[in-house]
Amino acid sequence: MAEENFLTDEFLRQLINVGEVDILVGLPTHNNAKTIGSIVQTIQSGILRGFPRERAVIINADGGSRDGTPELVTGVSIDDVRPASNLGALRTLHSISTRYSSNSSSANGVAFRTILAAADLLRAKACVVMSPESANIEPEWIAKLLRPVYNDGIDLVTPTYRRHKFEGLLITNLLYPMIRALYGLRIREAFSPEFGFSGRFGNQFLGQNVWNDGVEGAGIELRFTLAAITGKCRISQSFLGEKDRIERHAVDLVPALRQTVGTLFSALEPDFPVWSVVTGSQPASTAGSEQEVLLEPLRVNRKRLREMFLSGISELESVFQSILSAATLAELQQIAQLGEEEFHYPAQLWVRTVYEFAASYRKSVINRDHIIQALAPLFRGRVTTFVKENRSASEDEVESNIERLCLEFEQQKPYLLEIWKSKE
Amino acid sequence: MREMIISELSEALHEIAKGFAHFLPRVLVMLIFAVLGWLIASVAKVILRSVLRLVKFDKLSENAGASQLLSKAALPSATEMLSRFVFWVTWLGVILLGVNVLGIFGLQEQVAKFFLFLPRLFVAMFIMFFGLLAASFLSRATLLAAVNANMPSPRVLSLAVRSIIIVFVLSIVFEELGLAEQTMLVAFGIAFGALMLGLAIAFGIGGRDLAQRFLEKRMVRGKKEENEDELSPL
Repeated sequence: MAEENFLTDEFLRQLINVGEVDILVGLPTHNNAKTIGSIVQTIQSGILRGFPRERAVIINADGGSRDGTPELVTGVSIDDVRPASNLGALRTLHSISTRYSSNSSSANGVAFRTILAAADLLRAKACVVMSPESANIEPEWIAKLLRPVYNDGIDLVTPTYRRHKFEGLLITNLLYPMIRALYGLRIREAFSPEFGFSGRFGNQFLGQNVWNDGVEGAGIELRFTLAAITGKCRISQSFLGEKDRIERHAVDLVPALRQTVGTLFSALEPDFPVWSVVTGSQPASTAGSEQEVLLEPLRVNRKRLREMFLSGISELESVFQSILSAATLAELQQIAQLGEEEFHYPAQLWVRTVYEFAASYRKSVINRDHIIQALAPLFRGRVTTFVKENRSASEDEVESNIERLCLEFEQQKPYLLEIWKSKE
Repeated sequence: MREMIISELSEALHEIAKGFAHFLPRVLVMLIFAVLGWLIASVAKVILRSVLRLVKFDKLSENAGASQLLSKAALPSATEMLSRFVFWVTWLGVILLGVNVLGIFGLQEQVAKFFLFLPRLFVAMFIMFFGLLAASFLSRATLLAAVNANMPSPRVLSLAVRSIIIVFVLSIVFEELGLAEQTMLVAFGIAFGALMLGLAIAFGIGGRDLAQRFLEKRMVRGKKEENEDELSPL
């Protein structure tokens, strides 16, 4: 059994009262009073529909909400759900809330660790973590994420979504292709606030030494996915549906880069023995559609994106000199000279840029957080080109463009290995 | 008379010879100290150089911006500079110990002063190095934050942060060394005050519109500016 000293006595007492469970739903919250009531109801409804005979518990790990979020979680009665959905559970559905004190950077990690520890103590067979902000969550999401774990012995179920072609560009232009090229598995949403996992894998991850290495907060979900890949666990994907956009707008670029790219770069060093021997990539088994793309018109300020790229290239030259090779920097400066219509940040150069950033991150050529921040203007340049290329593209064309980028990441992997091993 | 002169002369020569005989061993001791000091200093230099290379001190110095300063002044690397500095301080220290043995009046006091000054010199160097490191780190952090926030003149902001920190560090270093304390204090006060006044005037007059726009954006709930964040990265 893993270390559970960080759990409060009251929380432990509540867990002991529950006993053992089959299903555990983890709900990390922090000031989510606006959405949490309906989300808990949807979760309860999902459990009643999908797992009426199983012993289930909802664990709310709250980071010190001041808007009454924990009270709302525990206050939602299963009786509110039953009449509406005409469903009945054969077992008691428990809802437990615990508070932890944590600074904002490690809040995610503490919440997730609490959920994992609770799953361990309750000997949960299948667990799911749900986002407290998803306004359009459906009861079916619970079963879609839990059933492969509970019935088929899958260790990790990551979601896929229906999203606009210009949403989640950090995922489609960096995270997905790079993870695919390096770790050899095509997981579309390696960083997601919703995912299902087995109690066995959760327990295994809880015992790993990831909680004290400084990255436990930001990007713990990605760390979890990468641990499943490197641990050769059984992984699958489930198509959930359309993801709420309002939640996504709240994420700014630099914090998003820290959570995703920072976590990925920091994982590359310990995972080197695994990814350095991988060639090519394999598809992950997927229930439902792998990815659906919305094509509705969306205004994008490409001019501003390009201006921020140009500003980065001119103002951060000294920083880029420490991170990038002279040839790459020269090419970036060349494309910065192009006019608005001719501007093009090619995939080949983007991949080389990302790989050089990864190698520099490993060598800590400058402060690692500064390396991640320096990637932001370059990412904006890449987004400018991606938006331009896919402005009038169909769903298939968008997918084909993403696939080409993925293959570019795979083809240039030997270059990453080369600069990774070089001393300078 | 002649005998008297010869007697006085021989007595004087005898005294000189006696004095010289008394002094010569001390000189020899001092020379031995000098040779021993050179050996100790050389060993210290080699050990320090190896340790600094092992901990990649040059890299740290590069990050602090110290390497660039040394390079511009056509000086060797930070590791080499520090190794040489330790070599000379050690050798000089041991030589001065040897000189102390000579028993020359007044010199002992100066030697004691030199040894009392050494800790302050090291502290000053320590402050200088980490001050440069902090200046470099914070100015780069400012530059990146300003670029990513799309603020005007990021490099000016970054340079201002670096300059303020360096001026502050220099004033502490001079105070630690006890060099022109009053002058430095007054100079720092004037420079810092002038800088703040200049910034206040510049922002007050030059940035009036900018401040207005900033406050409007913060205080007035108006039309949301179209920006790239509407494209959620995640």
